[in-house]
Amino acid sequence: MISEEELRLKTIEVLAEEFELDAEDMTPEATLYDDLDLDSLDTVDMVVVLEKTFQIKMGDEEALRSIRTMDDLHRYLLLLHTEKQT
Amino acid sequence: MTSNRVVITGRGAVSPFGLGVDTLIDNIWGGRSGVTIIDDWRRIEGLESYLAAPVPNFDVKKKIPRNRRRTMGPMAIYSTVAAQEAIQDSGLDDKLLRSDGTGVVMGSTTGSPSAYEKFYRRFSPNMVIDQIKSGEFFMMMSHTCSANVCQSLGITGEQWSTSGACASSLQAIGLGTLLIRSGRQRIMLCGGSEEVHHTVTSVFDLLRAASHGNENPRSYPRPFDRERDGVVCGGGSGVVVLEDLDSALARGAHIYAEVIGYGNFNDPEHIANPHEHVMIRAMEYALRDAGVAPAEIDYVSAHATATRVGDQVEAAALHRVIGTEVPISSLKGHIGHTLGAAGSLETIILLEMLKQQEIIPTRNLDTIDPECAKINLIKKTTRRKLNVVLKNNFGLGGVNSSLVLRRMSS
Repeated sequence: MISEEELRLKTIEVLAEEFELDAEDMTPEATLYDDLDLDSLDTVDMVVVLEKTFQIKMGDEEALRSIRTMDDLHRYLLLLHTEKQT
Repeated sequence: MTSNRVVITGRGAVSPFGLGVDTLIDNIWGGRSGVTIIDDWRRIEGLESYLAAPVPNFDVKKKIPRNRRRTMGPMAIYSTVAAQEAIQDSGLDDKLLRSDGTGVVMGSTTGSPSAYEKFYRRFSPNMVIDQIKSGEFFMMMSHTCSANVCQSLGITGEQWSTSGACASSLQAIGLGTLLIRSGRQRIMLCGGSEEVHHTVTSVFDLLRAASHGNENPRSYPRPFDRERDGVVCGGGSGVVVLEDLDSALARGAHIYAEVIGYGNFNDPEHIANPHEHVMIRAMEYALRDAGVAPAEIDYVSAHATATRVGDQVEAAALHRVIGTEVPISSLKGHIGHTLGAAGSLETIILLEMLKQQEIIPTRNLDTIDPECAKINLIKKTTRRKLNVVLKNNFGLGGVNSSLVLRRMSS
């Protein structure tokens, strides 16, 4: 099973590549929209990339809308990953 | 009614020779070919044409930011890069570019075929939308070139898109001319784009209109030649800046030429077969619109794609309109048939001919087909006084388009 740290690092890696971001800017407190300059179309693609990477479904629109920071995203991914394992 | 004079103040090109107008001009004047063999296409069952004139790869990340690029297939990327060059060449500042007097009209035959293929490869086998990215529709839509250019450049004026197959970008210049003449717009970025893709060449091949000269790529296509055997599809984008003459003079912009006439007629007799009388109608209307007599034409840049029928019919139409003396050539032998980009890329080369007062001959024209021999087909670079020139582009679906340009005297 992937560790919490591995999941965090993999998330940064795939999103850095997808959105041509600098991994160093993707700190836990970095906001997706303001700090990392992502938008609504990017959110669609972020879900595509993360679902493929971690073989999960991110279908809860309310949960997705509540994600503001990288840390929020990590926590949500960890939750989905844990649910998948159980 | 207002009828403003329209001039061309900027040029931008992405072509089978690479980026930039200078690269295009250097290679055209050097007599080189952008045609190559695409070995990968040999795996396509039934396809017998492996020739194309694709745009060489380049680093797009430095030219277009990611959040703009994500909705662009290759053709929209080419459009944007060509538009950037045309704006710089024209010396348009940001304020003027983003004013609502500046618009865009860009054409292409379809949306990005590579985007279509990617989408339907994912979607169709199992009817699933998972893993389809948000940008894919914006690459596929028919106005992908105009929309992406407008978004990238912050255009607030009129956005139009022409989809008239191989005449798309000449129609774009024609439409831009009408919009400026009427006073609706002061400046129009006009042009078109195309990307090389196996589905496009396959369509021409199944219509029996693609060249099979696979053994000697640079000797094809062969417009007006006795041994011509069809088109070679090319890629790229040409963009010109059209501008109200008063605006250009007020800015002190360099003026390449004046657009003085445009004709655009439909042929309802057949969706694929060309007819002489409709070509004649387009050319004669363009000349009347320009207020010039056929005898005043100094050169014609023909559509001539190297199909058996198309070249012959165009030669007959040209013979009827301008007779036996006016020099004529086709640029398809150098850059292939760039389809949606053909009108604007070839116009850019035509502007250079006006500037240099030199006519570029038809590459690969060795033996003139007797069926095309009544007109004055140029076989070598020719210096000549060029003042008024005619440009033809015709497209599947009945589109017949002609443009008349006049050199601006200082």
